[in-house]
Amino acid sequence: MSVEATARQPQPLFMSGNEAVAWGARLARPHVIAAYPITPQTVVIERLAEWVAEGKLDTEFLHVESEHSALSACMGASALGARTFTATSSQGLLYMAECLQYASGGRFPIVMMNANRALALPWNIYGDQQDSLAVLSSGWIQIYIEDAQEALDMTIQGFAIAEHAEVLTPVMLNLDGFVLTHTYEPVDVPAQADVDAFLPPFRTPSKMSLEAPTSMGFTAGPAHYTEFKVQQHRAILRAERVASEVDQEFGRRFGRSYGGAVVPYRCEGADVVLVTLGSVAGIVRETVDKLRARGVAAGMLKLRLMRPFPEREIVQALSTARFVGVLEKDVSFGYRGAVFSEVSSALAGSAARPALLNFVAGLGGRDISRNDVEQMFVELQSATVRPLGEQVRFVGVNSNG
Amino acid sequence: MAEAARLKLALSDDEPFLGHKACAGCGGSLAVRLALKVLGERTFVVLPAGCMSAVGFLYPQLAFGCNAIISTFAGTASMMSGIAAAARALKLRDYHVVGFAGDGGTADIGLQALSGAIDRHENFIYICYDNEAYMNTGVQKSGLTPFGARTTTSPVGPHAAGARSRKKDIFEIVAAHGIDYAATATVAHAHDYIRKVERARTTVGTSFLHVLAPCPTGWGIETSETLAARGFSPCEQQTRLGASAACRMT
Repeated sequence: MSVEATARQPQPLFMSGNEAVAWGARLARPHVIAAYPITPQTVVIERLAEWVAEGKLDTEFLHVESEHSALSACMGASALGARTFTATSSQGLLYMAECLQYASGGRFPIVMMNANRALALPWNIYGDQQDSLAVLSSGWIQIYIEDAQEALDMTIQGFAIAEHAEVLTPVMLNLDGFVLTHTYEPVDVPAQADVDAFLPPFRTPSKMSLEAPTSMGFTAGPAHYTEFKVQQHRAILRAERVASEVDQEFGRRFGRSYGGAVVPYRCEGADVVLVTLGSVAGIVRETVDKLRARGVAAGMLKLRLMRPFPEREIVQALSTARFVGVLEKDVSFGYRGAVFSEVSSALAGSAARPALLNFVAGLGGRDISRNDVEQMFVELQSATVRPLGEQVRFVGVNSNG
Repeated sequence: MAEAARLKLALSDDEPFLGHKACAGCGGSLAVRLALKVLGERTFVVLPAGCMSAVGFLYPQLAFGCNAIISTFAGTASMMSGIAAAARALKLRDYHVVGFAGDGGTADIGLQALSGAIDRHENFIYICYDNEAYMNTGVQKSGLTPFGARTTTSPVGPHAAGARSRKKDIFEIVAAHGIDYAATATVAHAHDYIRKVERARTTVGTSFLHVLAPCPTGWGIETSETLAARGFSPCEQQTRLGASAACRMT
């Protein structure tokens, strides 16, 4: 089947975050897509299936029987050097948990979109970040997306990062469920020819082939296992530099780049900085502007990568801040927010010793309002170095809750 | 079956599965070796976590002469599906995709993925080597352990008389999907087994072979008894798994 290559759309198309991911996946020309439906990811795979049906996308689309099978099938396809894509969310991501570690250990450069959604129980289909942060240590590169254009562009960039010879590590693209997956925005759709030039077909010597048969994903005992794991760790660490290079190259070709692992916003000389990730960055940025207009030296540090973790960039961006908050939509039960732990850990190696607060908000899709964010800055400004165990704030909890 | 007759059952210098660490008298490794002699070098082999992956490629001692990969325990059929899909997408020619999973890996934890793959008529051969318990982990009861059989998790004592459930009829389960080809066999009748692998090799779509593969370690039989042992199965299964193995096309 030959597929007519799409030209660059003359006008931006109005599409949701999910559709932007689907467009990115389509333009990346994956050989195999294996996916299982779950709210709020479904539109991604519906669009891809439609394009296959219409002859606009030439791919092997597998209707698998579970998320576990989706990722397992992607691994099998990737083992032959095929480009593979899948998408999931929440319970589905956790159902894949075993395969997540398998895929990263096997060094399969799969790209997967995850619609960030709360975890049961109580059952809840709305957005938070508990799912992806629960699998932070699964060996996947974790990218957090803020808007639909970034979703499309990062799906394409995701393949370039994952398949880079120095990386060969799977990529998880995280979009806030509903807030981003179901919000419509104008999105520029690049021409297929330009994407092809940026992202050539995946070539690797590390694959099963009929010409040079090999064993992949074998057993390794105590004498060899560690060396494989050290290689894996070094590879994902290299992804930070590679992601930055890929982003710059993308910027040169398409006129859009996203700034690497972290994006400081008005952090220079900032006294009070809120660190966050995902779509909530939009209202934090607005709040920073509002506070700056009032003379408050506020800033925001947006994290785009959670793995590899950009420790140095974080320490550098927060070097002047006396008050640092972390706003995240998850909690590691029995301790604190997972992102807060990571940021605190990075700052332990910094000369600056800011007062730290952790704002846990937006759980199960609860709205995070402008007023909520402004109050976080207010509280931060009066923060002192808290005793251990007193740094976590659950935002907007009903008094009778 | 000229091809089957041509194949020498004895070990040759170019065995596709040689140098593994299976126990003496292992029925499972025999099922793998014989099938790969039929399928040849241009084969992608998938093995879930289990005996064959434990003994077949413990780095750096890799016993497969063809492409081989370990899947997750539950993911034999789904990983094979991905391989089959990639082979189509990459326009490969003249190859086979085969999986070897045990009874537990097939009838218990891997059943969902197997069901989906048969439903899609994936073009591969799934071989269930049935030694009637989870042998790799030390002889625990599986869904294909026969009623009354003693295993380490279905012991015999004053309050228990071995396995309390009947052996699942995995052949009928698979056949009910409308699979392209399914057959039962036993390693004791190698030529019959080889003939069925031949049939699977030329089948377009999904093939499933249920092959009884005695495990001397788990069954407590002599290693010389592998080809003589018939298992402790209900009579109906004995018929299926005997010399006159049922062979069904749908």
